[in-house]
Amino acid sequence: MDYEAVIGLEVHVELKTNSKAFCACTTSFGAEPNTHVCPVCLGMPGVLPVINRQVIEFGIMTGLALNCQIAPFCKYDRKNYYYPDLPKNFQTSQYDLPLANNGYLKINVDGEEKRIGITRVHMEEDAGKLVHVDGPGGGYSLVDYNRAGVPLLEIVSEPDMRLPSEARAYMEKLRSILLYLGVSDCKMEEGSLRCDANVSVRPRGSKTLGTKTEVKNMNSFRALQRALEYEIERQISVLEDGGKIQQATMSWDESRGITTVMRTKEEAHDYRYFPEPDLVPIEVDNEWIERVRKSLPELPDERSQRLINTYGLPQYDAQVITSSRDLAEYFDQVVAKFPDAKVVSNWIMGDFSRLLNANNLEPQNSPVPPEQLADLLQLQKEGTISGKIAKQVLEEMFKTGKKARQVVEEKGLVQISDADALGKIVNEVISANPKVVEDYRNGKDKALGFLVGQVMKATKGKANPGLVNKLLKEQL
Amino acid sequence: MELHNLTVSELSKLLAKGEVSSVEVTTAIIDRIEAVENRVQAYVTRTAEKALEQAKAIDEARAKGEELGPLAGVPMALKDNICTEGIRTTCSSRILADWVPPYDATVVRNLKDAGSVMLGKLNMDEFAMGSSNENSSFFPTHNPWDYDRVPGGSSGGAVAAVAAGEAFYSLGSDTGGSIRQPASFCGVVGMKPTYGRVSRYGLIAFASSLDQIGPITKDVTDCALVQKAIAGHDAHDSTSADLPVPDYQEALKAEIKGLKIGIPKEYFAEGMEPEVEESVRKAIAKFEELGAICEETSLPHTEYALPAYYLVATAEASSNLARYDGVSYGLRVPGKDIVEMYMNTRSEGFGPEVKRRIMLGTYALSSGYYDAYYLKALKVRTLIRKDFDEAFKRYDVLATPTSPTVAFKLGEKAGDPLAMYLSDLCTIPINMAGLPAISLPCGFSQGLPIGLQLIGKPFDETTLLQAAYAFEQNTDYHRQRPDLGVA
Repeated sequence: MDYEAVIGLEVHVELKTNSKAFCACTTSFGAEPNTHVCPVCLGMPGVLPVINRQVIEFGIMTGLALNCQIAPFCKYDRKNYYYPDLPKNFQTSQYDLPLANNGYLKINVDGEEKRIGITRVHMEEDAGKLVHVDGPGGGYSLVDYNRAGVPLLEIVSEPDMRLPSEARAYMEKLRSILLYLGVSDCKMEEGSLRCDANVSVRPRGSKTLGTKTEVKNMNSFRALQRALEYEIERQISVLEDGGKIQQATMSWDESRGITTVMRTKEEAHDYRYFPEPDLVPIEVDNEWIERVRKSLPELPDERSQRLINTYGLPQYDAQVITSSRDLAEYFDQVVAKFPDAKVVSNWIMGDFSRLLNANNLEPQNSPVPPEQLADLLQLQKEGTISGKIAKQVLEEMFKTGKKARQVVEEKGLVQISDADALGKIVNEVISANPKVVEDYRNGKDKALGFLVGQVMKATKGKANPGLVNKLLKEQL
Repeated sequence: MELHNLTVSELSKLLAKGEVSSVEVTTAIIDRIEAVENRVQAYVTRTAEKALEQAKAIDEARAKGEELGPLAGVPMALKDNICTEGIRTTCSSRILADWVPPYDATVVRNLKDAGSVMLGKLNMDEFAMGSSNENSSFFPTHNPWDYDRVPGGSSGGAVAAVAAGEAFYSLGSDTGGSIRQPASFCGVVGMKPTYGRVSRYGLIAFASSLDQIGPITKDVTDCALVQKAIAGHDAHDSTSADLPVPDYQEALKAEIKGLKIGIPKEYFAEGMEPEVEESVRKAIAKFEELGAICEETSLPHTEYALPAYYLVATAEASSNLARYDGVSYGLRVPGKDIVEMYMNTRSEGFGPEVKRRIMLGTYALSSGYYDAYYLKALKVRTLIRKDFDEAFKRYDVLATPTSPTVAFKLGEKAGDPLAMYLSDLCTIPINMAGLPAISLPCGFSQGLPIGLQLIGKPFDETTLLQAAYAFEQNTDYHRQRPDLGVA
């Protein structure tokens, strides 16, 4: 039978506010354990939470960017469960009245645009971190509460995705939007962006939903895609074998490439939600919403459209470049000095991105500032250097941080466009390769390419390729 | 007159005139505690040395001519659920028996700023759950008027200490009557301010939407003085009201002629001791004599307040007390794994009443029961509030007994939780509505004090205090002191 998957994602994102959600402790990552703590985030007896307004502000920004309705009235609730990383043994969260709901975002998979519904965006707090230490008798656990009380947004999608690639595209798009907004640094490896997936399968064409499982512990986009591919296959084979899907929470095991059961429905928590009595409800008036709306930065979709309209970039280029706010900023700055946008986009999507990735760098800390890339492209356009040389120069600029002109001069890479000088080399190449010359004269056009290559080799790539072609043809 | 019998305002005058030093007074009270404490057992922790240091500092400041407020140099003590930096705060529970807070409650900071001298921490029903102080994990406190009787609860130690002259005033907390009922049992003045009037930051939570800190004093003037010092908005408590705090003492002397007092008939219920009813009726007659207009009224949903309270309060408590798990502070009883450690710690750390309420509250919030219990209780709460809103359209103040009975005997109700719960019948609705209320002495029955409760409009502690002060000026119940059988 032909099956289709139904996927919905629950994403947790850590907000990069200055202080934690309910106290004045810093949210910065990577400090010595239990140094960013106070009586409030340690949940000591007698303490009370105080709402951090910046959390609500970031929540509203995110809600608006995801085309949500912002609730005029919302409240915090307590989600009760016992776990040693949770100082109060309840998490301050939002239950039946979230900050934002009923939105969507657009993804693009294989050239097709699709709208994925956003059910809700709500505010909550993070827990601490457990470190398990092995030892005789099973070892022990230590708790680091630095992360306890760091503000989170939970963003819940509708079950609108059908393919693992769509889920991945959704996550990538969501990350891009959050980075544009500047509300989170979205580092999956540091846990500031996390995602759980609800997934079920059903015969294609069926309108009813199959029994779902929740997959956790996917720490990269690749893991998300692999885990979903695995889990969907697993569910299908259970059904094919005449079995039934058990409602359960599954954990993705990255090294083994499989999902395993964490807990079944019978072991599910009863969270005993009730309104947080220590906090007053939050009222967000229209004025506040409009002020935030006006302060929103240009978002990926708008920016992409702008690049298409302004520069006539192909949609694909525009989307790749705007997928990262930093990359798009970089693009804008290069184009400001070197207005041939398509050339810029080719370079940015090509060699520039390759070098960034190879060196694990972000555009803003690239050793090649935008104006230097523009200079390099200018050198190529003027004919001072060839395209091939330009690639070499860019690598050298990445390595040394030197300016384009400096590299070209120091290495003597200026293109040879002098017909006399090149003519001499062309003649040398012709006399050195009588067989090939003859082939060419007998109508083998390919032979010309070989001869061009020989000239390039002799000039270490500095020869002006157009001129070489012209001279060769004349001589032959 | 002996120093320990003075009120705060009387002592304050002597201190200001230099007729007595804070060190002298503090020493006298420490001696007093030594003399009576083996019978009363109000204190869980005594901090005599620190108190003398604070007293000395105040005396020095006074000698330098610094301007000092009315509480400067006056020895007091705190119910042991109010956090004090560096001084253990136990909630009279084994689970926090050795816990030393790293911070001061906001009220403690306020009182330190006012120059208070702190003598120690006072016994209570464990986590403020109880009406007799018998639920303390350490020992029961005794009623200074009759050692065989309970002082009431849960602020039993805080009230007994003031009644026995072991502190000039104290702070208690009131979730369902925990200041007023013991104040009534021990013949002192106790006020539960409006919810939000006093910061709860540093008050170890029992039921967050009901808890409120308030003063326990020998008379109404002192109540006004202490209330002024502790009230006001606190950025650390989102539920504290951002409203100006009136000068309560200044307002006390206003006339009460024409004051409209409602007498809700539901508060004179079956089971009330006739002597209590008689004293309260006489008190109402006294108000009429003073020019107030008193008439019977009705708060029709009163009978539902108690059951609704035991759902709301226990639900919140079940969550508030979840943090006592042995992981990062307080008692830890090891187990073979984390779940067993939780169970061992909480089984040994909590007493039976606390466990009962945690179970009740957990049940009330459970999936499938939430609507029938917790949500229903919230609806009842709204109805109770509306009853009061209606009544306050017609009256300035409501008058009721504080408790249907005088202090009962130790052990008398300890085995019967329901009978114990009924002891708070007249005080619980006020917490459910978040209103201010004061209990003041209005008579005696066989040598045991009776309390009159006055209930006010939200944030109108002023009118309450005015009415209470007028009554006090025309009676002498508040001047009676128990005979403690010591020299």
